[in-house]
Amino acid sequence: MSKSIRLKKGFDISIAGKANSTVVEADQPETFAIKPTNFHGILRPKLTVAVGDNVKAGTPILFDKKNERVKHVAPVSGEIVDIKRGEKRKLLEVVILADKQIEYEKFKSHSVSELASLSKEQVIEQMLEGGVWPHLIQRPYGIIAEADASPKAIFISAFDSHPLAPDYNLLYKGQDQYFQAGLDVLKKLTPGTLHLNVNAKSEVAPIFEHAKNVQINKFSGPHPAGNVGIQIHHLDPINKGELVWTIQPQGVIQIGKLFLEGKHDASKTIALTGSEVKTPQYYKTYTGASIKKFVANNLNSDHVRFITGNVLTGEKIDADGHIGFFDNQVTVIPEGDYYELFGWIKPTTDKISFQRAFGLLSFLNPNKEFVADTNNRGQERAFVQTGVFEQVLPMDVLPTHLIKSILAQDFDEMEALGIYEVVEEDLALCEFVDVSKHDIQDIIREGLDLMQYS
Amino acid sequence: MKFLRDALDSVKPHFEKGGKWEKFYYIYEAHDTLLFAPKETTKATGVQIRDAIDMKRLMMTVIISLIPCLLFAIYNTGLQHYWAIGQPDAGVMDIILVGLIQVIPIVAVSYISGLTVEFIFATIRKHEVNEGFLVSGMLVPLVMPPDIPLWQVALATVFAVIIAKEAFGGTGMNILNVALTARAFLYFAYPGDISGDVWSYIGSGNQAVAGFTGATPLSIGAEAITNGENVVASLNAYGAGWADGIFSFSNLFMGFYPGSIGATSVLMCLIGAAILIATGAGNWKIILSVFLGAWGMGLVFNAIGANAFMELPAHYHLVIGGMAFGAIYMATDPVSASQTETGKWIYGILIGVLTVLIRVFNPAYPEGIMLAILFMNVFAPLIDYYVVNANKKWRLQRATV
Repeated sequence: MSKSIRLKKGFDISIAGKANSTVVEADQPETFAIKPTNFHGILRPKLTVAVGDNVKAGTPILFDKKNERVKHVAPVSGEIVDIKRGEKRKLLEVVILADKQIEYEKFKSHSVSELASLSKEQVIEQMLEGGVWPHLIQRPYGIIAEADASPKAIFISAFDSHPLAPDYNLLYKGQDQYFQAGLDVLKKLTPGTLHLNVNAKSEVAPIFEHAKNVQINKFSGPHPAGNVGIQIHHLDPINKGELVWTIQPQGVIQIGKLFLEGKHDASKTIALTGSEVKTPQYYKTYTGASIKKFVANNLNSDHVRFITGNVLTGEKIDADGHIGFFDNQVTVIPEGDYYELFGWIKPTTDKISFQRAFGLLSFLNPNKEFVADTNNRGQERAFVQTGVFEQVLPMDVLPTHLIKSILAQDFDEMEALGIYEVVEEDLALCEFVDVSKHDIQDIIREGLDLMQYS
Repeated sequence: MKFLRDALDSVKPHFEKGGKWEKFYYIYEAHDTLLFAPKETTKATGVQIRDAIDMKRLMMTVIISLIPCLLFAIYNTGLQHYWAIGQPDAGVMDIILVGLIQVIPIVAVSYISGLTVEFIFATIRKHEVNEGFLVSGMLVPLVMPPDIPLWQVALATVFAVIIAKEAFGGTGMNILNVALTARAFLYFAYPGDISGDVWSYIGSGNQAVAGFTGATPLSIGAEAITNGENVVASLNAYGAGWADGIFSFSNLFMGFYPGSIGATSVLMCLIGAAILIATGAGNWKIILSVFLGAWGMGLVFNAIGANAFMELPAHYHLVIGGMAFGAIYMATDPVSASQTETGKWIYGILIGVLTVLIRVFNPAYPEGIMLAILFMNVFAPLIDYYVVNANKKWRLQRATV
């Protein structure tokens, strides 16, 4: 029974640099990387390769000692050239120098009719071995799903409402059969429903429209309507003791390819966006690609920040950094490390704001594409303003009280106020609008870690 | 403006760690950030761009919304002075001059004493100077009588900032509204200077005009309880001969009558309310619900009608005393008000109800709104507690369905 849900709360951050709809197959980047930091809950990553080893696409690179069955595999074939570590030797990146022609590890391939007869155990085994399991994320906590668990439902968001988000029609064009195969596989993993949530406000891509074996729900409204956490809250909320899984369409397609073609095919399309990109457009590449070739000679200015992902939930990377595992977007915006005389009171039409305090005039021109830089726009203060977080969080969760209960490390309170229903990205807009400039996403993760590990 | 930035950058090392004035870093920092928005950028993870608002702009917005009241306060203080001494024909410049002489020192003393305390605490506690006092420092003078001794303003401000705010950890942590705490402190510590015949500035060497009693609409109401006279009739009769119709309903709305410096004009407060609501700096739910609560309680009293003050038409309660000023500028203080959206309605309505209750039943404190807001400040966490509990219960019930 599909549902149609209209959300009113939220905010669409309109910034310049939307990718035009050309997809180019440029020179492939030289290096690709697997970053354990892209996954929450990998406590003790253990490498199975060393610098100098040759790997194929699908060769295991590392696993978590706490969860040995889940293999993280190489997205491309090539030579391991670097293993980057941070403080306390924390594993940050395993960098692969890619071959010109990609070689694949061989896995079992199945025809569409054979797929139907596979058992749940066989499916799980192949997903774990084939390196596609890390696409499955468990809620609560937003960690990699446990292979033995039985989620009450699986949710897929078929659109992205983040600023400058890529158009899924372009990202997943022509992948229909793999997507459907992936759905068929996923259906075996849950006794409950497989939800596919599409955008009611725009044309639904055929790949989603014709999907079978799923319940298609329609969502409309400003960001964060495309966040799967918000969708879960309105479809089948997570109560204490319940588990649901989420997965991006990219993951579903990779699962489909693994089963239909018997290889770990990490090819994906990414969008290069942001006001500082000369020609923002789509590129075909592979998971973990270095952005070096995409951004070289393609920038409007020098002093910029490279972000893997979007401006709300993304992460700063270097000019030769690698795109995150779950990201299909790179954003380049100006750095904001400048002083501004009376910047705190000067009336402005150039700075984007959800709020309308004196001199913030961006609300007069909601369709303008603003050039946003990384300036913090003030300093951290105690909580003063109330009622604004509520306007950008379309959930029956009291954000201020949840955040305060995390800061107070009050476990009962966190649980009662619904920490199981959220992950960082759901409250990213709260962090954006916060006049007191708190790191709300970090606070939410701290709360989730507390609930999980203590 | 490069020379200004260069000048700041050249003295900055003295205030940083290892510099000779290291201790005073946060005082330097407060001035630096007042001149220049800082160049801090967002962190590597989390949001990469931030909303253009910050605490300084939010607080400044509230101060801007207070400007109509402040300007009116200066004019009205002078006007009441000339009316009270029987010179209603005084020129506008004379009126404004007297107003400026009376009002500006009070504003200055409030800011200087309060900011001194803020700077001392920021230095001792090693944190940035909070912007919260910028608003409190303007609210304190506007709720004072025009002839308040300046040392009392300083004492009350220092008391309020230390006891009502810094003792709890500074802006954002306080339970009570700081400006009202200052007023309440004076009210109970020096009642002679903030009650009775203090609401018009007469000035030494001047004689009050015949018929001037120093009465306010609230004191006329309180007297009606004992003498049983119709309050509206008494209000309309007051001022005959030297300021005809000074307590008529329309003039009470306009605000040309004696009272707290900046709190008499409902019109100016409503302009301020429009600014607060349009900019999102003040919560419309609280403002509306305070008025609704007071009006509703007024109607209830009209229905009971046990004494003459109870019979005062309910809409009069909305324009006399500091009702509008309190509802719009004091009750909406986000830190001391209820923080949940449902709670804001309950909080506001109860403030309105209590204000009228205190006015009618406790004539020893004719101005009810000050105590009503302070009282509800204390109860706001309790209201929130029940609203939050309802959310928790709803979540638990959902689990069993």
